[in-house]
Amino acid sequence: MGPLKFSRKNLGIPYALFMLVFVLFPLVLIVFYAFTDANGHFTISNFTDFFSRSSNLYVLLISFALAVLTTAICLIIAYPVAYILAKSGAKTRNVYLLLFILPMWINFVLRTAAMKELLFALDSIGIYNVTDWYFVNTVIGMVYDYLPFTILPIYTVLIKIDKNVMEASTDLGANGFQTFVRTTLPLSVPGIISAVTMVLLPSTTSYVISDTLGNSKVTIIGKLIENQFNIGTADSWHTGSAISLILLFFIFGTMLLTGKFTENSNTRGSGLW
Amino acid sequence: MVKKILQSTYLWLILIFLYAPVVLLVVYSFNASTEIGSWSKEWNFSLYKMLFTDAKILNAIKNTIFLALSSSAIATILGTIGAIGMYYSKPKTFRIFNTITQIPIVNAEIVTAISLALVCSMLLFPRTYASLLIAHVVLTFPFVVTSVLPKLKQMDPNLYEAGLDLGASPLKALFTITIPEISPGIASGFMIAITLSLDDYIITNFTKPSTIDTISTYAYNAYAKNSANTSIPALRALSAIIFAVIIISVVAVNLSANKKVREREGK
Amino acid sequence: MADKIIELKKVSKIYDGTAVVDNIDLYIRKGEFVTLLGPSGCGKSTTLRMIAGFEKPDSGEILLNGKDITQIPPYLRPINTVFQRYALFPHLNVYDNIAYGLKLKRVKNVYEDKNGKQVVKYEKISKKVIDEKVSRALKMVDLEEFEKRDVTTLSGGQQQRIAIARAIVNEPEILLLDEPLGALDLKMRQDMQLELKEMHKKLGITFIYVTHDQEEALTMSDTIVVMNDGVIQQIGTPKDIYNEPKNSFVADFIGESNIMSGTIAGDHKVRFIGHVFDMVDDFELHEKVDVVVRPEDIYIVNKDKGQVNGKIISSIFKGIHYEMTFLVGKTEIIIQDTAERMVGEEVSIIIKPEDIHIMKKEYLVNSYDGYITKNNKVAFAEGEFDCDVTKLYPGSHLDEEEYLITADGQRIDLTDTPVKVEVPLDKVEIIDNEEDGNTSGEIISIIYKGDHYQVIIRTPEEEEDFVVDTEYLWNENDKVSVKIKPEDITLKLKVK
Repeated sequence: MGPLKFSRKNLGIPYALFMLVFVLFPLVLIVFYAFTDANGHFTISNFTDFFSRSSNLYVLLISFALAVLTTAICLIIAYPVAYILAKSGAKTRNVYLLLFILPMWINFVLRTAAMKELLFALDSIGIYNVTDWYFVNTVIGMVYDYLPFTILPIYTVLIKIDKNVMEASTDLGANGFQTFVRTTLPLSVPGIISAVTMVLLPSTTSYVISDTLGNSKVTIIGKLIENQFNIGTADSWHTGSAISLILLFFIFGTMLLTGKFTENSNTRGSGLW
Repeated sequence: MVKKILQSTYLWLILIFLYAPVVLLVVYSFNASTEIGSWSKEWNFSLYKMLFTDAKILNAIKNTIFLALSSSAIATILGTIGAIGMYYSKPKTFRIFNTITQIPIVNAEIVTAISLALVCSMLLFPRTYASLLIAHVVLTFPFVVTSVLPKLKQMDPNLYEAGLDLGASPLKALFTITIPEISPGIASGFMIAITLSLDDYIITNFTKPSTIDTISTYAYNAYAKNSANTSIPALRALSAIIFAVIIISVVAVNLSANKKVREREGK
Repeated sequence: MADKIIELKKVSKIYDGTAVVDNIDLYIRKGEFVTLLGPSGCGKSTTLRMIAGFEKPDSGEILLNGKDITQIPPYLRPINTVFQRYALFPHLNVYDNIAYGLKLKRVKNVYEDKNGKQVVKYEKISKKVIDEKVSRALKMVDLEEFEKRDVTTLSGGQQQRIAIARAIVNEPEILLLDEPLGALDLKMRQDMQLELKEMHKKLGITFIYVTHDQEEALTMSDTIVVMNDGVIQQIGTPKDIYNEPKNSFVADFIGESNIMSGTIAGDHKVRFIGHVFDMVDDFELHEKVDVVVRPEDIYIVNKDKGQVNGKIISSIFKGIHYEMTFLVGKTEIIIQDTAERMVGEEVSIIIKPEDIHIMKKEYLVNSYDGYITKNNKVAFAEGEFDCDVTKLYPGSHLDEEEYLITADGQRIDLTDTPVKVEVPLDKVEIIDNEEDGNTSGEIISIIYKGDHYQVIIRTPEEEEDFVVDTEYLWNENDKVSVKIKPEDITLKLKVK
């Protein structure tokens, strides 16, 4: 084969170059910054400093609490929705599904802002307290924004379960509840896992919601990183990179644990179209 | 029967939760009151007038749309090329490509954002429209790949070979056979890319020059920078318009899809 | 005679307005191996699913040991199912799949307490008992030591065995098998047929088996229930069904057969293909009948040595025998014989009286309920046809305004008059183009009857059938239209 001859796999070359420059190289830079100081000398103080500051540990704690709470509430609300949808007839199912997905198309920031306006409206008629309940605000905002992303993957898995398997279960003597506990629920675990991964990460890092609804009192890991890059002292970028690296470590750790890294059926955005 | 009623009550309660904020904005977009919660007696289009005379917001809208279209177009081409390239490579190469492609998807947006910001500063590459564009391509191209790959898998491998057999050059066969076959995947990849680009705040914030605003960054600055309710009334009108556009296009898409289904069944 | 274990009384199931199972009556005896046989969509699987409890009949009742179980959910019925695509639980291993039912079961135990009073307790089956039962079930299906295996790693045949073990381990009174061998390859299928038969003998419980494979049904069953269009066509032993098909559907579906039109020519005599044959059945003189002769029951002899002369026009080697086509007049007859005759050879055939099976003609004429339209046409079966309305009243005629004047001068407006319409089978013309005829429909069946095809066309909305005798071959599922000449339409006034 001559050097100029076109082959399909050669299309991978420009693609590989792009990824090298804009995906891999930036990550290498984070590693580089994380392990150097303002003068470019190797150090691990970026990490030790991070863990020695109690305010940072508090941020970790808040992030963790927020993420767990949001994920749990999302799951508790979303599972019945997905289950009811999966069980209904094709026509009602599609209409409802559309209704649940529709809000996802509205701009994320505007959607969050809308929730802020709603909470202020509720406050003004005296049934809510926006200024004091900043943590609750944030949880409500996160549940509101991430709920559709939780419903979709669970629904997708539930709908794919072979109807015969459920029938086999009732045939073997399990009533409706037993069939749910022994068959439906275990079979929908992959959906639950991908729902969790889709809520867990953004709720610790996507600071738009906590900024908008948390009255500047809720700082999550994502915000902490952003702050490092905004204050602009000599070594703040290095600190920010170190925090990012810690985060990266956790992300890829969970990905490897759940085996979701290369399986891409339930990523954000798919399902929208 | 009781079960049915309970089930739909539940679904509607959740739907009310999901729609209440948006509906509230839409209702208030026709009210002259500047603060939500208090009513003004006047119902008019003053907020819409405000929206269409506010040069900053109009610019942000323009930027958002232009950025979404251009970055998605580039991401779609890049993602399609990448998907084809890796799919026809050796299995090992494929796995490496696929894993790297997944990185921007699984990674936290803030990490991707600062990593790109570091590239900008390291290369002494000032933040410009170009850096913003590239950042959005990085954000969206993996989704194009993930929607094109399944279509390649579904495609009958003999089709391309049949093209070569009938005298098409490899490039010709690619354009006349492979691309048309996987076009549904390319189209949905493009749509996902647009949605993500329109939605993005964090990556935009870290790669944009200070002179450029998108809807997301504009709204963030308006709402998030202060703990009080510093709402910009014109944004209510904008939200209402976006909501209307979404509903109309979704209904239109569904109606035409239904029509197609019915036509097929009728034949 | 053994007891009826299950009985279906006037059971119907309707989907989207179509009766998938149409008012069937059926009972099955304890310990029998019964096969529900029929083409896809005949209602056999739905019948099975109603017995299992997955579907509720829209009318009628199902009795188990004489007790009505129509409203009882599947998990309370002592009936287990082997599903077509196995339906093994993918999240459980082999052991847990098989033990699934046992773990749910509560056994009634009666104890005596200190005061000598009887206490009834419903208790779980102990782990030890479950272990034993599971390993016995695995042994039964020849998969010992498979307990810990992941079901998704098993081959199709192994999965099928696990599915069987999972059902029989519960010791059901009835085992339902829904095309259980459909997904296996031929060799494996044949082995499993024998094994299932063996298992039936060993377990001694009732098997209800659903299949569309007539060979499978003939090999395995004690009784075969042939179904078509939601209706039971015939119930009988495999021998009965094969040798004495009740109608041309059964004859055509079970094995290969030649179906020819004949006329009863006397006591135990029938005339077809231009010859009067002796036979054993009793029918009325001059009655029009269908004659069924199996290809292997026809003997080829040299020209003039047999009953009817004709010519061999094709011959195909089929492994054990040759399948030859014998032409007499315009009738083609399939013959299977181990000795080959050359194509073109003039030969004669012999058919023994006991090999001639006579069936009443199912369709002698098409008849419909219709009405007269404004312009003196007749509407039926979703179409409007030209016709001669004066035939309704002998001696009548039409005036200039198209009103009918009867013989005694009465002027009648016929619009909307209900009529009975009859059209002979051979007077219906089939047209390729859906738009060109008076009404249109889909071809739902084709049966070759020696010198012609009998085609049934069904209209889409009212599901009226046109039974058509035609020389031309059409394809099943073709959309066609039909045309009928006015003089071929017989009209009768409906009395009340």
